[in-house]
Amino acid sequence: MGDTVISVRGLRTQFGAQVVHDGLDLDVTRGEILGVVGGSGTGKSVLLRTIVGLNAAREGTIEVLGSSVPARSKAERERLEGRIGVMFQDGALFSSLTVRENVEVPLRRIAGLAPKTQSELADLKISMSGLPYYAGDKYPSELSGGMRKRAGLARALALDPEIVFLDEPTAGLDPIGAAEFDRLIHGLSRSLGLTVFLVTHDLDTLYAVCDRVAVLAEKRVLVTGTLDQMGRVDHPWVRQYFDGPRARAARAPKEG
Amino acid sequence: MTKSLPQIETRDEDGTQVLRLLGAVTVEGLPGLDRAFRDVSAAQPVRIEFGEVSRVDTAGAHLVARLRARLEAEGQRVTLEGASAQTAALIDTVAAAEPVAETEPVPERGIRTRIAGIGARVAGGAAFAAELLAMLGLVLSRLARVLVRPREFRLTALVHHCEAVGVQAVPIVALMAFLIGIVLAFQGATQLRQFGAEVFVVDLIAISILRELGVLLTSIIVAGRTASAFTAAIGSMKMREEIDAMRTLGLDPAMMLFVPRVLALLLMLPILALIANAAGIVGGGLMAWLSLGISPPMFATRLVESTDVANYVIGIVKAPVFAVIIGVVGCNAGMRVGGNAESLGRQTSSAVVTAIFAVIVADAVFSVLFAEIGI
Repeated sequence: MGDTVISVRGLRTQFGAQVVHDGLDLDVTRGEILGVVGGSGTGKSVLLRTIVGLNAAREGTIEVLGSSVPARSKAERERLEGRIGVMFQDGALFSSLTVRENVEVPLRRIAGLAPKTQSELADLKISMSGLPYYAGDKYPSELSGGMRKRAGLARALALDPEIVFLDEPTAGLDPIGAAEFDRLIHGLSRSLGLTVFLVTHDLDTLYAVCDRVAVLAEKRVLVTGTLDQMGRVDHPWVRQYFDGPRARAARAPKEG
Repeated sequence: MTKSLPQIETRDEDGTQVLRLLGAVTVEGLPGLDRAFRDVSAAQPVRIEFGEVSRVDTAGAHLVARLRARLEAEGQRVTLEGASAQTAALIDTVAAAEPVAETEPVPERGIRTRIAGIGARVAGGAAFAAELLAMLGLVLSRLARVLVRPREFRLTALVHHCEAVGVQAVPIVALMAFLIGIVLAFQGATQLRQFGAEVFVVDLIAISILRELGVLLTSIIVAGRTASAFTAAIGSMKMREEIDAMRTLGLDPAMMLFVPRVLALLLMLPILALIANAAGIVGGGLMAWLSLGISPPMFATRLVESTDVANYVIGIVKAPVFAVIIGVVGCNAGMRVGGNAESLGRQTSSAVVTAIFAVIVADAVFSVLFAEIGI
């Protein structure tokens, strides 16, 4: 595996008196798909938001692509912008813009890009995310949940980031849609060389796409490793999670 | 990962155009490449060399794929040379994913569509008026049901809204009326002094505030404060499907949301108008004392002698009507909010404008009515 693109050391996040993470360490290497799992309320989404700089950490250091988060200078922040993409849980599309305009928003940063090329690129990203052509002219409120997620992914990928953060990409999708989304993420990651930081509850997604899994529990990353290694971890929560009936069902097609 | 802009070198080699790309063919360098690629003619075969390329992203791949598609459509051969397996795969992936534009029908432009547009707007206005009437009917029918079945009524919500609509509006309403009283006394005194009729400033203040300004200005302030708050609260509930959730749980949104709000306005607006009347007269009296030397006892005597109590009744009788208008307009605008944040903003501002406009229209109707019956 290649170099480390995300490195978190001794992270502590806190809301008032409630400590979410304490002494959390995590490394993500280039080109891998890392799945972050954990029970509800263990701070998976908070971890994602902290790494992309939306939450301030109380203690600890975060480095993304060699820049510290939060950025110490304007130049440093600009260096990072465009190199990471975030897809929020429900797409977080701007509701007053059409899908195409949503995808064009990050492209506007590129000075001198002809409007025609800009909308061509947006159409390409929309199509690569598996949306039909007519979806570009629609407003987010006119799309189904699954289509909104795809549009959110298209916007996150607009500038060809090196890392994408996905927050529960398959939550609320039907099994067919979720499986398609898994294939999409896997295919895009491999063909574009993307690093993917994936927060999920979906065991099928974990088994279908993730190279490595990080388990959040007890306010830190309890264990990281491949899915095979997870089966040998001796911790009650991890065992219950990866050895439960649903995990066995998700694993079955891979082994069979 | 340098952000060096890509370079492009063009040369001619045995009748083949050779485009040699250097550097990172990524979205940052796209504008320059885009222009260079548009100038490539289809007169000769083209070879694109990738030997010196450090990185290609989908935007760069898109340009290459587009150039290839364009030249091949004109019957020219394009070869890619020196591309790594990953780059070649990326270009193929992008070429396969290129969307096929679907032509959409261009809307017809002309006198017919304009007239149709005017007609649609008129019909929309009529439909909106009908909607407001329907909302009024809904609220009235639910109010009637409260009389029959008082247990369905939500007293806590009513008290809460009374506080938000009434108590919290007292300072702004009182201050506004106090200042209006001062302005009226000052302007009236300047004019009436010319005729030596300073003492009539008391009649001027009392009649104008009690009969018109107190209740009208209070209603305008309440329309700005409360109609927008109703729209925002109900509209955001509509946006997050809370109202649909209520319906599936067998709760009546009209009973839960509209009745407490409209009833709170109905109870509070007359009280606010009364406070505005008092504050306006105090302001006017103060100014009359300071600038005209009409002492407070003299002001009070003149007020009681010359101002008929009918003026007060005429003013305050309008308050419940204005309250219902503001409440109904606010709730209705909330229910018109669609699925996005923009429509919430649009409906909120439209609620304020509609409420103020409707209050002023109703006030004009009252004026004509009272003039006709001669009071």
